[in-house]
Amino acid sequence: MAPIENKVLVLFAHPAQRRSEVNVHMARVAEWVPGVTVVDLYAEYPNLDIDVETEQARLRDHDVLVFLHPLYWYSTPAILKEWQDLVLEYGFAYGSGGTALHGKTFFSALTAGGPEAAYRAEGYNHFPLRQLLAPLEQTASLCGMTWLPPFVLHSARRAKEEGRIEAHLDAWEHLLEAVVHGRLDLATLREAETLNGVLDVAVQGG
Amino acid sequence: MESFLLQAFVYLVAAVVAVPVANRLGLGSVLGYLIAGVVIGPLLGVVGAETQDLQAYAEFGVVMMLFLIGLELEPKALWNMRVRLLGLGGMQVAVTTGLITAAAMAFGLYWSVALAVGLVFSLSSTAIVLQTLGEKGLIRTDGGQASFSVLLAQDIAVIPMLALIPLLAAPELMGANWGGGISDIRFTAGGGGSILEGQPGWIVTLVVLGSVAVIVLGGHYLTRPMFRFLALAKLPEIFTAGALLMVIGIALLMTLVGLSPALGTFLAGVVLANSEYRHELEADIEPFKGLLLGLFFITVGAGINFAILFENVFFILGLTIGMMLVKGLVLFGLAKAFKIRGAAGWLFTLGLAQAGEFGFVLLSFTTQNDVIPVGLGQTLQLVVTLSMLLTPALFIFHERVLANKVDTDKAEDDEIDQAGPVIIAGLGRFGQVVNRMLLSNGHKTVVLDYRNDLISGLRNFGVTAYFGDPSRPDMLLAAGIREAKVIIVAIDDQEKAVEIVEYVAREHPHVHIVARANDRQHVYKLYSAGARDIVRELFDSSIRAGRYALLALGHHPFDAERASRRYVKQDRHNLALLARLWDPDLTPLENEPYAAKAREINQEINEAMMKAQSPDNAGAERAWTPPPKGGKVSDDEDRQGTAAE
Repeated sequence: MAPIENKVLVLFAHPAQRRSEVNVHMARVAEWVPGVTVVDLYAEYPNLDIDVETEQARLRDHDVLVFLHPLYWYSTPAILKEWQDLVLEYGFAYGSGGTALHGKTFFSALTAGGPEAAYRAEGYNHFPLRQLLAPLEQTASLCGMTWLPPFVLHSARRAKEEGRIEAHLDAWEHLLEAVVHGRLDLATLREAETLNGVLDVAVQGG
Repeated sequence: MESFLLQAFVYLVAAVVAVPVANRLGLGSVLGYLIAGVVIGPLLGVVGAETQDLQAYAEFGVVMMLFLIGLELEPKALWNMRVRLLGLGGMQVAVTTGLITAAAMAFGLYWSVALAVGLVFSLSSTAIVLQTLGEKGLIRTDGGQASFSVLLAQDIAVIPMLALIPLLAAPELMGANWGGGISDIRFTAGGGGSILEGQPGWIVTLVVLGSVAVIVLGGHYLTRPMFRFLALAKLPEIFTAGALLMVIGIALLMTLVGLSPALGTFLAGVVLANSEYRHELEADIEPFKGLLLGLFFITVGAGINFAILFENVFFILGLTIGMMLVKGLVLFGLAKAFKIRGAAGWLFTLGLAQAGEFGFVLLSFTTQNDVIPVGLGQTLQLVVTLSMLLTPALFIFHERVLANKVDTDKAEDDEIDQAGPVIIAGLGRFGQVVNRMLLSNGHKTVVLDYRNDLISGLRNFGVTAYFGDPSRPDMLLAAGIREAKVIIVAIDDQEKAVEIVEYVAREHPHVHIVARANDRQHVYKLYSAGARDIVRELFDSSIRAGRYALLALGHHPFDAERASRRYVKQDRHNLALLARLWDPDLTPLENEPYAAKAREINQEINEAMMKAQSPDNAGAERAWTPPPKGGKVSDDEDRQGTAAE
């Protein structure tokens, strides 16, 4: 078994997991990948009372940060915003002495209700997904992290009926393994729209 | 007996009629008492010379007042006042005495007589000023504190004055009546009756220091066992008797050694300011103090000799106004020098410009020691009385005209009273948690409980709590319910808890009530008594137990959290609905609207349970609900989205 190059921290946020058809399964899959830590934020902080010390220690302990969540109003569920507001402190994540995250990698794994075509200038969501996620990209930049485009499941509400979930979970597992074992070519990935399409070409040595 | 009853009846009628009227007119109770005295004395002539005797007893109200003030003042606070006490107070006495002495000499008085007049007029009226400041809630303001420092300094200054006055007696006037005719100076100043007369100086000093030590040490070490013993009797009046005994005992001791009883009880009050019996003592002494002070003011009004006044009306009025002007100017100058600004400075200047009850004492002492001739003494007594009569008017002037005007310049934060405390009634496990939580967030609490052992035990752990039955209104008043923002009713006795809530909701509607309930019936009673924040003592802990059970059954922690919140919300809502329909005179079965509502709620709960057991419940919850499968999210969707897929 290949050595673990990058420890991956998956912050999972889904407030209504009884109804989840994709995200919960993605979290289960991630838990079984060696080198990946999954944190169910809503389970850990049901009052949204986030423990900053714990979360910062987790960040220090990992090399790659992943937000795993459904896309709510073109952004994350509330607890992930709360997490950013509390954990990414001045002096820790940015500003004078705030170098704890320098050199780490950050990306989102998300499910979106709309089809890929909706996230275009001419689509009903009018903006590409990358552009909608600009706040996260800039957050990564200010914190000195390498930002990667999101790993996306489009039309997630129909994925179960259309039988697309298994393939997505497989791709997700492969992506995580590639990240853990340092087999991703970051330079290729940074300019892509999503991590989905480029996965095969970007994985070095397949 | 009959004449005693008649006299008591006259004084009480005068007080009961005049004081509420005066308060209604915004004049304050002091002016009300004074007017009552004028009406029953010089005007109607119902009471006569006995008012002077009575006054000597009534002055004991001042002694009690200083005891109560001492209780409010911790030793540390007294120490913090030292600059003002010595500087401000000492300067006021010295400068005023000097100026008035000079003025009296300009009127052609011999220097020793002039100095005696200066000493008499340098003192202000502790009784009027502190009573009025307390009534108007100004005692903790900057101006009030400065006034208090000066009054306290004056009370201390009375002692050397009493020692000085016999030395001023002109040798040719000195009679042989040393100590004979001064029996009416009973309480306020103990120049006469001292056991130390004729003793060498070092014995006097030793005994005086010894008695101060007795008060401080006794207050510190003896009161606790004494009150603990009294509390065993479980009879409130025995406690009251004990409190009175203590005050009177100290006054007696002070009189015996020739010290001011007012000062002695004040000292005792300071020593007891940290005691757990503080509020109980306050509640017990307060009514006596109020009545005696009222009686004192009435006797001042009744003592005005209109015959002498009308003979020299302009001269006496002129003297009064002149004296008050001199005092006012000195105070104004001191206010500037000690940086007491704005409305506080004016309160200080106007409030202390009168002569006071210690002036009476000094006057009778001086006339008896042949320092001041009797005729002049009577005139000066009128001046003192008139200036006291004018004081409430000056307070009203300050309140109506100056306070508003001066304060508009800038917001004076030193005029703001300290934040109202939180009263916690009952220091069981419930009250203790509330107390710790409030303290840890920087709030001041006053904790009351009537279980003596509990209080002493917790005091060992640094919890500041006071002994007393919080269901007694006077106890709550002593604890500061007037200034309080919140009261936590956490006593075990259900009926008493309802009584407290009723009383506070009725008499002090500005206080927010948080009440602990034992069960639903108790909730209803507290609700109809006026409480709105009602906490069932076992409700929140049961909810947590329920949530742990949900977690153990595999519910997601966030779902369990939301389920418990939903349950709390629904249950409290239903309880509030029922509380509004509950009628203390009917059983729930007799109360038809209540029973109907209860049935309706039960049905709702049953329906909700049925739904929760049905398999498609997962989609029923109304939170983070995704659009339905196949549902349209945008009008543009048909045109573009699906086509592009």
